[in-house]
Amino acid sequence: MKIKIFLTIFFISFNLNLSSNEPIDESKIHKNLRCLVCQGQSIADSNSDFAITLKMVVKDLIKNGKSEDEIYDFLSEKYGDWILYNPKLNAGNFLLWSLPYLVLVFGGVIIVFLIRKQSKKT
Amino acid sequence: MLSNTGNFLLILSILFTSFIIYQSFACLKKTNDMIFKSIYKISLLQSTTILICFFTLVGAFMVSDFSLINVYQNSHTLKPIFYKISGTWGNHEGSLLLWVIILTIFSFLFLITNKNHPKNYRINTLIIQNILILGFLFFILFNSNPFSSISPIPKEGLGLNPILQDPALAIHPPLLYVGFVGSSIYFSAAMASVITNYSGKFFAQSIKSWVIISWSFQTLGILVGSIWAYYELGWGGFWFWDPVENASLLPWFAMTALLHSLLVLEKRNILYFWSIILCLLTFTLSVTGTFLVRSGILNSVHTFANDPSRGIYILSFLSLMIFASVYILFTKYKPTNDQINSNSKETFILINNWFMMFYLITVLLGTLYPIFTDAISNNKISVGPPFYNSVIIPVVIIFLFFMAIGPKVRWIKNEFLNFKDLLKIIVGAIAVNFIITYFFKSYSLISNLIIISSVFLIISTILDAFKRPKINFARIISHFSFGFLIFFIGLNHNFSIEKDFNLKLGETKKIDNYNFELKDLKLQQYDNYKAVIGKIQISDLSTNKKRTLNPEIRIYDNPQTLTYEASIKTNFFRDYYLTMSNIDRSDYYNIKFQEKPLMIWIWISVVMLSFGGFLSFIRNAKNN
Amino acid sequence: MQKIIKITIIFLLIFILGIFFLSLNKSSNYNTESLVGNKLGEIELVSFQDDSIFTNDDFKKNSFTLINFWASWCAPCRIEHPQLMELSKENNIKILGVNFKDKKINALKFLKDLGDPYEYLTRDSNGKQSVNFGIYGIPESILIDNKLTIIKKFVGPLTKQDLNNIKEIINNL
Repeated sequence: MKIKIFLTIFFISFNLNLSSNEPIDESKIHKNLRCLVCQGQSIADSNSDFAITLKMVVKDLIKNGKSEDEIYDFLSEKYGDWILYNPKLNAGNFLLWSLPYLVLVFGGVIIVFLIRKQSKKT
Repeated sequence: MLSNTGNFLLILSILFTSFIIYQSFACLKKTNDMIFKSIYKISLLQSTTILICFFTLVGAFMVSDFSLINVYQNSHTLKPIFYKISGTWGNHEGSLLLWVIILTIFSFLFLITNKNHPKNYRINTLIIQNILILGFLFFILFNSNPFSSISPIPKEGLGLNPILQDPALAIHPPLLYVGFVGSSIYFSAAMASVITNYSGKFFAQSIKSWVIISWSFQTLGILVGSIWAYYELGWGGFWFWDPVENASLLPWFAMTALLHSLLVLEKRNILYFWSIILCLLTFTLSVTGTFLVRSGILNSVHTFANDPSRGIYILSFLSLMIFASVYILFTKYKPTNDQINSNSKETFILINNWFMMFYLITVLLGTLYPIFTDAISNNKISVGPPFYNSVIIPVVIIFLFFMAIGPKVRWIKNEFLNFKDLLKIIVGAIAVNFIITYFFKSYSLISNLIIISSVFLIISTILDAFKRPKINFARIISHFSFGFLIFFIGLNHNFSIEKDFNLKLGETKKIDNYNFELKDLKLQQYDNYKAVIGKIQISDLSTNKKRTLNPEIRIYDNPQTLTYEASIKTNFFRDYYLTMSNIDRSDYYNIKFQEKPLMIWIWISVVMLSFGGFLSFIRNAKNN
Repeated sequence: MQKIIKITIIFLLIFILGIFFLSLNKSSNYNTESLVGNKLGEIELVSFQDDSIFTNDDFKKNSFTLINFWASWCAPCRIEHPQLMELSKENNIKILGVNFKDKKINALKFLKDLGDPYEYLTRDSNGKQSVNFGIYGIPESILIDNKLTIIKKFVGPLTKQDLNNIKEIINNL
């Protein structure tokens, strides 16, 4: 039963990470792009020259019909993965995305095991 | 002169600490139950000496004694006196003194408030705590000494970073240190407990107050840090999942888990080993956080200035701590036969711990992963808010439901939960959510679930106040405050409005149903900075109400910095938040305007959360 | 079973602490090393004097090209300019200048005062084209070969050492 709950959460949250048919949210993209000349700010929060330029480029890309993921791919190809605040789902980051859920499932299993141990005794 | 006084007091403290450790070992050898009077006296002397040492530094800052390098680097004669004083701990070296004060005072207080517990347990705690103190004192004396002097004496200091000149940030370190530095005492107590085999409910009773106090202060410390970020950093947010923020959150998760598992340990005498792990984990995470923040391996807007030697020292200290505790655990651990009853409160507390570990691992992973990938594959990646939000938020929904149900379940095997009542509450929560989406605006599926689950928790907890004979107000207040916190964050996130546009002096722009006019720009000179103050009038076209906000661009002299001060108008319904920044080579100004509903309730919720902790402390003190 | 758990935990701790020790020497700031080896994409730069377009094909004519982003209002650009002047004397390499967010008059005066090392001169008035090159500040330079592969990225003004480095690379083929 608990396994079903977790597969559901897993499924829902992964679904949220995949692009949906909603219109492109410029603000969301800005918040996901790192300002490379600042110490820990997104281009949404920064007014540096670089941030302003990048916002213009994002606007152009959206006008040209690029999807959110295509924008991220384009920018990470030019600047490296560091510019993206949402780490890509690739082999290198696999542990990052999967370990939390594995811990959740593992913890659940331990608790069920501990409780069952008691039920077996009584 | 102050330099010599300070150094002398540091050395004196080292001597006292060494003496305590030496005498404690001697005391252990004696078979009687008495702790040497000398240990009490020297502990008191130790605390006093450290306090005087700290106030010596404060004094140096107050009089701007630039013969001390630390004062020279971090202060200025024109600083307001309040910030001269808080500048004492607003830098690396001074804050380490604050560390030692907490370590020392907690050591002494723990000694004298645990008279009902066995001598060996108390003495071992004292020894371990004092080894920690000694480690930090050596670090201060040989690497990060605030009393190092400089000659010739400079006439003026280099100044204090202007964004640190804020009341919230002034009290942020003291609050936070009582939190995570305070966790050192139950780290030491846990080690002592394993060494002397002092387990079970008595150990739980011994450390419970300390865990509660450190948790309450940690909560307040994190709150104040977020309030500072909101008011000072100008982006209108209060949590960025920045590595330094995460460093303060990680011990909080462990403390929350520990707080709850101690309840089980005390009541049912099970989960001892797990509680020990949590005690060790909390302080270990605190020191790890300190390492990450001060060593320069993280990129953050909050980090201290960097010096690799600090990193090496703290990391070595951390490694010794970890291996010592692992060694003690592995050699002294005696497996117990814990029997967990299903359908009783202990299961739900285990569930709380389980979720806390999930949050902890997620945040730890997100914070450390970039360091690891860079070290292993030389590829730099960033892990930011999108990651943490998408992983944690869905799980919070389930967590809130468990949090609502757990307290209703009894300790001994429960009769089945009253599902009819629960169903009524869920329906109520769904109704509240429906009203919100109907009258205001609808939002994503996840947000709906967040609102429903947090309202469910709030209603459940409040109903608890009427049901049981013995009402635990502390728990009720903390639990519904947490529910309110998630509720208000959810609403604030979904109903916030942001507008980003450019204005020239005298220009008016219409965006949706607001008119923005940059009416005036004034240049004003203050003590230690110049400010360009904008006067922006916002006309709400639907209500015809006019509001004026006054954002500033501040130019500081010492050090040369530019900051943007947000203009914030707060009331119980919403905050209006506006920042103005100049655009290079243009006479346009960039304006960022935000309308943030219910912002103040987010702060109030956390204050109440912490207040529940203090109530619990009082309640616990009364019962024992 | 317990022994295996204990050993795993110890190894995990040693691993984590080891990574921390190693990381103490690394910088936490952004660097462009990982971009070396990538190919430049579709390039379209507007020529400085007229409105003709400079494209990828123009690069393929040279064995090596140094693309240099500069502006008259940028002080470090002034400091690195002598290095560019010296580099322009080399045979194997041509320098493409991209004048970044600048005014024509000021740019021309800059080149008149300090010399013009640029075989090709283009402009990027709003700065948007620079993103196609992965530029985030000026001065920045990119060394590419005739297949448009990035050989090296230089962030900040070119130093004498950078110049020697470039000379080595372009003369070693």
